[in-house]
Amino acid sequence: MSSILSVKDLNCFYKKESPGSMRRKRVQILHDVSFTMEQGEILGLVGESGSGKSTLAKAVLNMVPDKSGTIGCEDAYPQMVFQDPYGSLNPAKTIGWILEEPLKNRSRMPKEERRRNAAEMLSHVGLDEKFLERFPGELSGGQRQRVCIAAALMLRPKLLIADEPVSALDVTIQAQVLKLLFSLKQDFGLSILFISHDLRVVYQLCDRVMIMQGGRIVEMGRSDDIYFRPQHPYTKQLLDAAGIQAYGEK
Amino acid sequence: MKYAGKKLVSMLVTLLIVSFLVFFAFAVIPGDAAVSKLGTQATPERIAALRAEMGLDRPFFVRYGDWLFSALRGDFGKSYSYGDSVSALIAQKLPITFALTLLSFLIMLVCAIPLGIYTAKHEGGMLDRIIMVVNQVIMAIPPFFSGIMITYLFGLILKWFQPGSFVSYTVSVGRFFHYLLFPAVAIAIPKAAMTVKLLRSSLLQEAKKDYVRTAYSKGNRTNGVLYRHVLKNAMIPVITFLAMTFTDMIAGSVIMEQVFSVAGMGRLLISSISSRDYPVVEAIIILLALIVVLANFAADLLCRVLDPRIRREV
Repeated sequence: MSSILSVKDLNCFYKKESPGSMRRKRVQILHDVSFTMEQGEILGLVGESGSGKSTLAKAVLNMVPDKSGTIGCEDAYPQMVFQDPYGSLNPAKTIGWILEEPLKNRSRMPKEERRRNAAEMLSHVGLDEKFLERFPGELSGGQRQRVCIAAALMLRPKLLIADEPVSALDVTIQAQVLKLLFSLKQDFGLSILFISHDLRVVYQLCDRVMIMQGGRIVEMGRSDDIYFRPQHPYTKQLLDAAGIQAYGEK
Repeated sequence: MKYAGKKLVSMLVTLLIVSFLVFFAFAVIPGDAAVSKLGTQATPERIAALRAEMGLDRPFFVRYGDWLFSALRGDFGKSYSYGDSVSALIAQKLPITFALTLLSFLIMLVCAIPLGIYTAKHEGGMLDRIIMVVNQVIMAIPPFFSGIMITYLFGLILKWFQPGSFVSYTVSVGRFFHYLLFPAVAIAIPKAAMTVKLLRSSLLQEAKKDYVRTAYSKGNRTNGVLYRHVLKNAMIPVITFLAMTFTDMIAGSVIMEQVFSVAGMGRLLISSISSRDYPVVEAIIILLALIVVLANFAADLLCRVLDPRIRREV
């Protein structure tokens, strides 16, 4: 298998307003992050909030201006599904407009074809064509996340980054959306970088898992190994906190 | 349609209340048109006679009802001091005040919208900081003072116009607008400062929302995100503010007409109040209330076009 994404020595920085000073402080978010992702795999990325998971995702999408290191991606335009389906859709635009936007920006597809593509993609995520004319405010959380996924797939990316795609949804809806993601992965030949803090979901879904702490990847391996034979104390701590006691028994 | 009907009813009720309040105010303040017409030296008998002649001796509600019914037919009565019909008097002055307000509103928009967008886009930059400080200073200046400063600077030092040489549009449209430009700028400047501040903060707040991040991930650059996504949503609070500003500007032109001696509705209003010429005052106030209500209605409609969430709630 060939790799779809290889990240080497990635360091990311943000400028942070510090109280009492006019100058902004440069804070390092990611420290020497290196990993490779194989084609067709689902790679889990787990860590507490503030550990730099989302920054890593943004860096891959080239949305972090201040960074060093190399990011090699087979996909010209990797796409992302964000955590909060309520906030991540522009309330003033119709679903059709939202789905067509990536094509408008990055292809020369004529208008009718864009529309047809959008309608087709809606059916792939299990939504009716009539949603094209609706506004995000008229949709439920699960429906919106389906729209977000559809919008991310409009450019037929090979790499999809899902940043906590289900953590804002009800448990029953979570299962549906995860199932959808998995079947879309098969249909579209996707590789998915799956960011989550829910270890159970990650275990079910992912082939391999990376554990992140304080902007560093502290452990990486096959899901089974991480769950049953964790090496790093932080990984053990995470498993304990999630109430997963299975490690060591097997 | 239900929405329009509701709006119409509330507009009419507003106008009715305003008309009553103005009428009531004239009933309770000391002195009336008869006294101010005859002067303080007149005998009580003569005042009483004139009152009877003008119908001022009738009870308050009879007078109000009488006025209301003729007003509904479009007849606002005769001015006590000018003798002309009120409608004719106002028709003469309204275009002047309206032109002044519209001109200042346009100047305000042309200055404020680009500056608001610029400062939001370059938040924290050198020019942004300078503009925000200047803004703060301008907002603190009372309009009549900026009027005096503009008269002094452009009228007396630069001699771009001659203060006090107002020409009505009936004489020369060009000179009319040339003269109005200066009071219009005086009205527009403080309002523009406020609009810049509001638009800037509204844009910055909108830019923090999650859909902006999504927009970047969909291949938009800063300008695409700004003009295709953020601006429309950020304009909603600004439009509501602009409607209030527009009505404020009409009130502001009442003052500016004094400072720049423009013979518009503001001057008519002030002289009518001092001579207790209540048919004129009443009609002008109703007209102003109507403009306020209509401006708010227009802002409401615009917001509904921009924001699908408001559209659905009806």
